[in-house]
Amino acid sequence: MPTRLLLGNESLAQGAIDAGLSGAYAYPGTPSTEITAYVLRSPQVAAGEVRCAWTANEKTALEAALGMSYGGKRAMASMKHVGLNVAADPFINSAISGTHGGLIINVADDPSMHSSQNEQDSRVYLDLSMMPCIEPADQQEAYQVPGVAFALSERYRIPVMIRLTTRLCHSRATVTTGEGQPRNEFSYPDNPKRFILLPALARKSYARLLDRQADFVHESETSLFTRYFEGTDLSTGIMACGTAYHYVREIVGEDCPHPILKIGQYPLPIGLIERMTSQCNRILVFEDGYPYLENKLRGLPVRQTPAIHGRLTGHLPRTGELSPDAVAGAFGTEPIRNEPSTVPAPRPPALCPGCPHIDTCKALNTVLKAGEDASGRLFSDIGCYTLSALPPYESVDTCIEMGASITMAKGASQAGLHPAVALIGDSTFTHSGMTGLLDCVNENANVTVVIVDNLTIAMTGGQTSSATNRLADICAGLGVDPDHIRIITPLPNKHEENVNVLRQEIAHTGPSVVIAVRECIQTARRSRSKGGSS
Amino acid sequence: MKRNLILAGVGGQGLLALAAVIGEAARSLDLHVLQAEVHGMAQRGGVVQSHLRYSNQPIHSALIKDGTAHLILSLEPMEALRYVPQLAADGAIVANSVPFKNIPNYPDEHAVETEIRHVPVHRLIDAVELAKAAGAVQATNMVMLGAGAPFLELPMQILQAAIRSVFSSKSEAMIETNLRAFQSGFSASQAAE
Repeated sequence: MPTRLLLGNESLAQGAIDAGLSGAYAYPGTPSTEITAYVLRSPQVAAGEVRCAWTANEKTALEAALGMSYGGKRAMASMKHVGLNVAADPFINSAISGTHGGLIINVADDPSMHSSQNEQDSRVYLDLSMMPCIEPADQQEAYQVPGVAFALSERYRIPVMIRLTTRLCHSRATVTTGEGQPRNEFSYPDNPKRFILLPALARKSYARLLDRQADFVHESETSLFTRYFEGTDLSTGIMACGTAYHYVREIVGEDCPHPILKIGQYPLPIGLIERMTSQCNRILVFEDGYPYLENKLRGLPVRQTPAIHGRLTGHLPRTGELSPDAVAGAFGTEPIRNEPSTVPAPRPPALCPGCPHIDTCKALNTVLKAGEDASGRLFSDIGCYTLSALPPYESVDTCIEMGASITMAKGASQAGLHPAVALIGDSTFTHSGMTGLLDCVNENANVTVVIVDNLTIAMTGGQTSSATNRLADICAGLGVDPDHIRIITPLPNKHEENVNVLRQEIAHTGPSVVIAVRECIQTARRSRSKGGSS
Repeated sequence: MKRNLILAGVGGQGLLALAAVIGEAARSLDLHVLQAEVHGMAQRGGVVQSHLRYSNQPIHSALIKDGTAHLILSLEPMEALRYVPQLAADGAIVANSVPFKNIPNYPDEHAVETEIRHVPVHRLIDAVELAKAAGAVQATNMVMLGAGAPFLELPMQILQAAIRSVFSSKSEAMIETNLRAFQSGFSASQAAE
């Protein structure tokens, strides 16, 4: 069989294509982006056999995937962990309606917040939605997961979440790939009333979902991705979820005297868990992300036997991703390491030299931060421009989540803050900013919205942005006075001009929009030269 | 046989291509390969590193345990020093000697060099100069691949084939430049021994 060196994300994507995928939808977000980027590059997409697209946001991605499932075909939506917050509504309700063609929802968590504002653990959403979930432990499993998950989804007519973490998403390994399966033909759902969640019908569907829970537990216990390794030393039993299993193996080796429960599917395999808790004096729990399993094992009031040790008891760090050193520490092994060098200085990520955001932020600094009146605040959003929070610019004052810039600026202006300026990228605006701007128009909020349009989704690597060249029309369509929709070019030699435009629009009472249009320096460079060795 | 490598650099220096070549070389020998990469926000001119492990035995952890790296191969001198805690007692540092200064508080260059020279096995290579001589400054990463090659336990012709494979979408001239850069890095590393 052929082996290939694939990222966890690429393995999963190839596994989905080989498992008869018909549609893949996503909004890019680290660490999930490469799943959909890989499908987009596939020959199946080029041949028109698989539909794949970047969507406006994660909610529209999941809804489109649910629609493709309604048509009997295998579909997936992919997102980062905070994207699941955006898609939470269809996530929870599609578990009640159920599916027709197989539907998988890939959610990539980012413990340690490598590229995120929090390290929320998506498994907590399983308690809300009560859908099954598979958590691959390595790249080979990531390749196998879609086939198993699509079959599970079609067996129970339920979406299946795939939980990934950064380290698996962004690590390469040799992966053995197999043959492709045929794709489903179009078909109507057998019981279309399931998809109408009117209360009377939803109650029936909800009861059906609850009835299935015991089956889901049984599926987890017999899953390809769950395994109980017997041991002779029962003083300690080890439970490890997903990739944590391999950190444990790295430390304890192949001949571990303790029993090990490798957990790769949810709801939690209660029977196997009971087997270990009834045999062992203590349980050591390894999981990346929140102490999800550990909390459930401890119970309320906290159980005394067996003792449950993990992130909540100081045996492992409470926050941050797992590492072989952290896992070794839980087994009481002291690391042998050199003293760190005191020479290196921190090197935080920065806006690229020549980035258009630099010129926009300089103009905004002149207007808001320089001079006698520094009463204004810049409410920012998620994107490269958030890096202007760092020296030397220190331009933005907030960054909470996708779309929060416009609506927070509106609320702050209504609290008495002036000037209240929002800074938002083109794709973040279409993801979650447009509705907030409509609120501003409806309330005649005294807000200036600066849309930095670099013609791409830059931070995740240059994906197609939803509304390139249509932003002014969208703002006018939402009801912003066309006289107060201004286009500027963020370049050093236009600084004075741009400052004047910003001052004029801040002086205008009511909503105004300034669109700063210049292509991302990275995508511009890439399209200019296809050569180079990087 | 098992190798634990830490590849170090700054976003935009071509670290992932360097990792891809070594990974492909190891894969082509049917070795087990695990390689952790950095994507996303950090790639914007910040610190990037990759843990690359290969062995004829199965490997479990994508991350390298402290004190067990055989080699720190760095595209930038200061970045090499960031990973000293992970270096094994008999591990080597092979670093490009040309600093990449995109921060205001870059430390004294002599302090950086002195610290690298404290590591018993080290190579400091002016990779930018060698890349220019080979035909393209962008081939600095391939010069450093050559400089690190004596420590990789992978045959030269396998590495050369991997360069061809990873850059197969580039022009033949570009591939030749990369191969020249690789060779000159190797020679410089041998001469510095």
